[in-house]
Amino acid sequence: MSSIILRGGLVVGELSAEVGDVLIVDGRIAAVGVVADVPVKSVEVDASGCWVGPGFVDLHTHLREPGREEAETIESGAAAGALGGFTALVAMPNTEPALDSVALVSYVLDRGARTPLDIAVAGAITRGRRGEMLAPLAEMAELGVRLFTDDGMGVQDPSLMRRALTYAKPLGVRLAQHCEDELLAGGGSMNEGAVSSRLGLVGRPALAEELMVLRDIELVRLTGGAVHFLHLSTKRSLEMVVSARNEGLPVTFEVAPHHFTLDETACGQFDPLFKVHPPLRPRRDVNALREAMRSGQVDAVATDHAPHAPELKDLPFDEAPAGMLGLEHAASLTFEALGSEDASPLRFFALLSRGPARIAQLRNSDLRIRHSGHGGALAAGEDANLVVFDTETRWTARSGELHSRATNSPYDGRELVGKVRATIAKGRLVVNEGVLV
Amino acid sequence: MIQTIRGQNLLSLDNVSREAIVEVLDTAESFVEVNRRSIKKVPALKGRVVASLFFEESTRTRLSFETAAKRLSADVLSLAVASSSVKKGESLRDTIATIDALGIDAVVMRHQSSGAALQVSRYVPHVHVINAGDGLHQHPTQGLLDAFTIRQVLAERMGASGVESGSELFHGLRILIVGDIRHSRVARSDIAAYVTLGAQVRVAAPGTLLPADIENWPVTVVDSFDEALEWADVVGLLRLQRERGSGSFVPSLGEFTQTFGLTVERAKKLRPSAIIMHPGPMNRGVEIDSRVADLPEAVIERQVANGVPIRMAVLYLTVAGSKEEVVS
Repeated sequence: MSSIILRGGLVVGELSAEVGDVLIVDGRIAAVGVVADVPVKSVEVDASGCWVGPGFVDLHTHLREPGREEAETIESGAAAGALGGFTALVAMPNTEPALDSVALVSYVLDRGARTPLDIAVAGAITRGRRGEMLAPLAEMAELGVRLFTDDGMGVQDPSLMRRALTYAKPLGVRLAQHCEDELLAGGGSMNEGAVSSRLGLVGRPALAEELMVLRDIELVRLTGGAVHFLHLSTKRSLEMVVSARNEGLPVTFEVAPHHFTLDETACGQFDPLFKVHPPLRPRRDVNALREAMRSGQVDAVATDHAPHAPELKDLPFDEAPAGMLGLEHAASLTFEALGSEDASPLRFFALLSRGPARIAQLRNSDLRIRHSGHGGALAAGEDANLVVFDTETRWTARSGELHSRATNSPYDGRELVGKVRATIAKGRLVVNEGVLV
Repeated sequence: MIQTIRGQNLLSLDNVSREAIVEVLDTAESFVEVNRRSIKKVPALKGRVVASLFFEESTRTRLSFETAAKRLSADVLSLAVASSSVKKGESLRDTIATIDALGIDAVVMRHQSSGAALQVSRYVPHVHVINAGDGLHQHPTQGLLDAFTIRQVLAERMGASGVESGSELFHGLRILIVGDIRHSRVARSDIAAYVTLGAQVRVAAPGTLLPADIENWPVTVVDSFDEALEWADVVGLLRLQRERGSGSFVPSLGEFTQTFGLTVERAKKLRPSAIIMHPGPMNRGVEIDSRVADLPEAVIERQVANGVPIRMAVLYLTVAGSKEEVVS
């Protein structure tokens, strides 16, 4: 029998937070509150001054395996995730080859099962992510896949997207869309606006994102299929999806840390570390995202963790691949966006854990295959996927200290507040005192 | 704001002060005289090595830079890389490291990607990087030689000295820039130089060939091209960048010529004193009629000729960087 006792943290439930202990015995939460009766040989974690809540769930992780193992592997990505406080990651399917078949999805699930975290998979919507023919969605759903996406690129053809939604609906799965109309955005490498015009870089207009958001909302209305909007980056996109959700349409959305912390001026020195799709937007959009997070309108924060080998980020800006690392800084940046010392612990865990767990169908109450339960209420009997987040530690992000294989973080040198002290995943203490156990 | 380019890189004219620009123009003036000598060489950069690294095709800029370096007695390492770094399989960083390993003082670089020269300057901070054109971003020596040419022509007409006039001849000068501004690095450098020197700049182009945020630029978009021609002291034409896909931004070359080409008819609306400029290479019959290009008011060949003293000045100031007498 193994047991872990988390002592004296602010235990953040779904509706309220109270200082107390959490006892974990044999992979499940055994008791919460004032726990006096602790088994001998329990591992004790001092959680005083910390928030204790459900482990973070990332809806959007590029683990790069198979195909780009020089940038990241399932194992290295899981280690980075654990340090970032994540207990479950959804692996994106834009690997080489793309995760568009039972064999490939099984490969990632098997490799993922050997890591300390739960690794779920988002399957491709179309074969090879080419946007031409549907991938075997039903077969992949049988393996437990609950999200499908061609991320990196949206499904451009509206009739194919309509068909995908109609086909997916009875499977109980959700299509996750990267919204950018490539006919409008294609060839662009940063946000279209004053900065791109001065730099002579071809722009990706906000309209390219917003037009596809609008299109897909209407396709959801038509088909009844569910859509999760990936990494929305503009005020207008948020407004449209929030309004559709208020109408009762089955739509959800996520925002990515880089979109709520960095603006387009970061590209001013042509550093490809700041190249990402959708691109970094003007400050007014960044502020709108932060405002929406604070007011509880955002369903999830998702990292869009996108490792790239260093030689690719040494290419000229327009030739370099898009994407940046996210797993190890996401929680601190979310804490910052929520107002640091003024941050609401309920919102924090709603954004990083409970919201994404619901979208990925990874909650204790969901029908799950192979994976344990996440995003829980911190009640006795739940699977122990927990994080201890120290809200007081101040630290400086250093790209050289990351656990990803790649180093393409845009946050080198940034001062952060709040740090993951401990991560308990699949019932085991995998990070303690901020380091891997 | 860069107050002098001495000992610096020259990557853009966006952030270069009026004093720094005038310093380059004045230095170039002294090199004009060198170019008239029978022995066209000074020892200013003797023993220095200038690498010329052209990732994109170029004739005049490259010849002009290499001529300038040689007239300053520098050794020139010339590398033509007409294909992209990706196709070659070598990163920009490795290419520049290879050249740097040979021992260089400066690199003159042209690249099809905006920002490539700035990126290279981060890889080799001890080398002076001179941008000879990067994507759609900047072509600073073209901006400088265009400003130099305008000052030279105006000073000559007044029988004055360009150096003594400083930037005075630009105050209120009315400059009209016509054509594909959206895809033009020359336009970005020209506008920065002209506005910094005190000129009023207007632009004329079909809406599709203007940058999306033109209202934030320090220029006025003209309502009528024909009226603007009557207004202008200087008309700067731009090459229609067909190789950058701007063909699809106008219905046809013929329609562009009809609406924004400097035809013989339109040239008649110009003031008699107006200066006609083009950075080359010209699409004769598209943005400029052949007969207009050959008028005495057109200073296109003089722009080419001035490329050498301007690039001598830029190389000299950035590489030698000291204030001793330029021409001994």
